[in-house]
Order: sequence, then C-alpha cells, then structure tokens
Amino acid sequence: MIFMISFQKVSKTFQSRLKPIHALEEVSFEVQPGEFVSIVGRSGSGKTTLLKLLLAEEDPSSGAIFFNDQDIHQIKSDKLHKLRREIGVVFQDYKLFPSKTTYENIAYVMEVMGASDREIKNDVAKVLELVQLTDRKDSFPEELSGGERQRAAIARALIHRPQVILADEPTGNLDPYHTRDIIKLLVKLNEMGTTIILATHNQEVINSLEKRVITLEEGKVIRDEKKGRFAI
Amino acid sequence: MMSAALKRIIKSGWRDFKRNNGLSVATIFIMVMTISLVTSLFLSQKTFNFLIVSLEDKVDMAVYFTEEPTNEEILTIQAELFHLPEVKKLEYISKEEALAKFTERHAGEEVIMESLAEVGGNPLLSSINIKAWEASQYAAISAFLDTASFNDLIAKVDYSQKKPVIERLFSLTSNINTTGIVLSIILALVAVLIAFNTVRIAIYNSKEEIETMRLVGASDWFIRGPFMVQGIISGLWAVLITFLIFSAAVYFLSPKVAIIVPGLNLSSFFFSNFLVILLLQLAAGVGLGVIASWLAVRKHLII
Repeated sequence: MIFMISFQKVSKTFQSRLKPIHALEEVSFEVQPGEFVSIVGRSGSGKTTLLKLLLAEEDPSSGAIFFNDQDIHQIKSDKLHKLRREIGVVFQDYKLFPSKTTYENIAYVMEVMGASDREIKNDVAKVLELVQLTDRKDSFPEELSGGERQRAAIARALIHRPQVILADEPTGNLDPYHTRDIIKLLVKLNEMGTTIILATHNQEVINSLEKRVITLEEGKVIRDEKKGRFAI
Repeated sequence: MMSAALKRIIKSGWRDFKRNNGLSVATIFIMVMTISLVTSLFLSQKTFNFLIVSLEDKVDMAVYFTEEPTNEEILTIQAELFHLPEVKKLEYISKEEALAKFTERHAGEEVIMESLAEVGGNPLLSSINIKAWEASQYAAISAFLDTASFNDLIAKVDYSQKKPVIERLFSLTSNINTTGIVLSIILALVAVLIAFNTVRIAIYNSKEEIETMRLVGASDWFIRGPFMVQGIISGLWAVLITFLIFSAAVYFLSPKVAIIVPGLNLSSFFFSNFLVILLLQLAAGVGLGVIASWLAVRKHLII
C-alpha cells in the first residue's frame, strides 16, 4: 500500500518549568493519497501539535514522520520550504497577511514558488471564484468577515495545488452557516483529489462528513475508524 | 527566474513600505537623527583639525645669529635644517628685513620708535624662522641646534621662551584628538544602536507574518528580501532628507562659523567633500537599514 503520510511511534514532550508535558505519545497512523481524515479530540489532546509536526514546525521527541517516503525531520532547515510547498495550511486564526489584499495573500504562495505573472493572474482568478471572493479581491483582511477570511485562507492553501491540505480548526471562529460553507469547500477539494487532514472538535461537522476519524485523547490515538463519528 | 523573484521582492518591499507609512516615517526619522549625528561628527572632526592646524601654524621657533651670516653660510644652515624630517618650512630674515618689519609693526608707537632712534643703527639680529610639521617636533629641532656645526654662529634660540606654550598646545591638540575620537565612537555607537532597535521593533511587528511566510513555503531570501528593501528605501529617504538639511544648514551657517573660526569656510568644505559626505551618509543609512533588517529577520527565521 502507498502511504502519503506515515506517523511511526511519534512522541512529543514539551519541557515546562513545573513538569514535562507529553503532548503526543507513540502516535502511529498512515494517510493514503486522496483521503479525508479528521483528527478529533478535546482541547489539549494533541491535534495542533500533530499538525505542527507534520509541517516540521516542531521536531518530535521520538519516532519518525514520513511524507512521500521522506523523513521530514531529517530535511535541513534551508530545504524545509520545499516540503512546505507540498502542503497547504489553513489556520484557525486565518493568519492572512494584514498588509496584503485578498488577491495578494493568495498570490503570495504562487510568487514564492516562482510562477509567472500570467499563471498567477489566471489561477488566482479561478480560486477566487471557487471560494466566491472575486468581488472581495481588493479588500484587506480587516475588511473581510470571519467566513470570508477563512475562505481566503483556504484559497491561499490550495492555490498551488498542494498534495495535502492541513486545516487546523478552520471553523473554530465561524457561525454554523459559514461552517457548512467551509466544510463543503474542503469536501469539494477532496473530491478533486487533494488529501485533507482536518483537526477539529466540532461534533456536527464530523458526523456530517462520514469520513475517516482519528480520535486523540491525552496525546494518544484511542480510535481510528473508516467512517467514524464524533465520540469523545 | 532569478530576476523575476528579485523584481517581486523589490515590488513587495516598496508596497509594504508605502502601506506601513506610519512605521516607515518613524524609521526614517530615527535614521535621519543617526545620519545627522554621523555627519556632524565628521564635520566637527574636520573643524577641529582645521583649528589645530591653524593653531599649530601660529607656532614657530627663531634662531638668531650673532652676526649677519654670509650667503654661503645661510645656504649651508638652511640645507642642514632641511635635512631634518621635522622641519616643514624655513624663512631667513636679514637684519634689514627684521628692522623693516619691526618699524612697520610699531609704526604708531612713539616711545618704541624714539628708543630705537636713540640706540642708533640696527640693533636687531638676523634670524631663521623654523616651522615644524607638528608642535611636538620643536624639542627635537632645538636639540639638533645645540649640537649643530653652525652652533657658534647662533646668538640665541627662542625655544626655551616658547617651550611652555608649545608644550601646552601639543597637549591640548592631542587631548582634543583623543577626546574627539572617543566621543565620536561612543555617539556613533549609540546612534547605530537606536536606529538598529527601531528597525528591529518595526520587524518585530511582523513576527507573525514572517512565521506564516515560512509555513506557506517561502524561502529565507523571499522572506528577508522585502524587509531589506524597506531598509534600503528608508535609508535612502533618510540620506536625502539629511543631505538637504545639512546643505541648507551649512549654506546659512557658514558665514557665522567663519566669524568664530576665521579662515574656515564650512560651505566650501561641505560642497567640495560632497561625494565623501554622501558616501558616508549612504553607508550609515543604507548600510544600517540593510544590516539591521537582515539581523532582525534572521532572528525570526531560526525555527
């Protein structure tokens, strides 16, 4: 079987002044290309740490993480940007560049990859249409609503056609209407072939998806179900 | 490919500079202060040097001869003195010339002129005025004269009378130089640190943006580049503003400075050293902007 992502006995411990915090303990699982995987768990169960490890934002204390058969924590720091270009990220707090317009925020990822001006113009226009933000392309993030900001963040995550999109609580700050909107968009992207890893604690979202669910509790995988439901 | 990336970096730096105008103006203001201080230190150093040189120029020593030496003797004495590396300039003054100068200097002073007439003839001695390169060198010349082959022709050397003045001048100029250098280094360092911190704080504001840029796959240079471009632009603006301020200030203050320090033409000095001053300002402004941005961004890239 071909795996795109493989976690092999991954542990992560943060050293605090009082006592060590075990964010993840011996976590192992695999993700195949084109899968839609939801990572669920209470706050502090290790969801965000798991995504940070996958993005090489943190190093594991032990174990290994493979992306397309490459141990990502063996990649030298000056080459990490190449790995990150294969991954699109959607953050709960959007992390849009405040001094750039919606268009510029989305175009930025293509610019760093060296796409031509014409490619950028064409692709950004298409993605803006996909996330229904064409008429907001010249607005700055502070002029957008929460839902619009999250759609802009998703557009930025998918513009360069990454192999996988990591979405960390993408609906955390949204009302139910906008939540449905964002989840529909992620499902659509998955149907177009992009692997999605969604970290959330939104019960309604998980139950409506009927996709694979990995449940974390105190840093450990307690369930991994093909068509899982929210059960914490 | 490379030039397209460079074009994007420059474009992005320029756009961010315009959009963060409040921060850009604050950075430029601090840089103007820094460059002004560096330029002022440069100009004060030059003014002090001018003062020292003009003070030193006023000091000389005179060798008086017992009788009027022959032309041949004068040439020999001058040749021997010129062999000394400490000697900058020599001037022979004959008895007649000495009398003419004395008469001219004291023309309005009746008592002196009457005394001179009473003495009768020309009581003044012929002499050689010696100018050294530096005030500290007169002692060596005096020591040479004590053992010189023409020592028997010498009636007196006025070094011993002038010695305290010369030594005081020597100590003063050397103190001014040392204090000037130490003060310049301290002030320049303070100015550079203030400017560096301003740029660092400006970039600290973008800490989260830098982190996001890394996470969406931007290379270190693509992140660092626009900040460095902003540093260059701020530096260039600061240089332009400082240069205009100094040009105007020097133009209007030059006549006033000339009253306090006769012979010093600040305006002519400033404009004849136009390129040096501009290069100094560019090095201070642009160099500071680039290095400060590079170091400040580097801190946020290490993860």
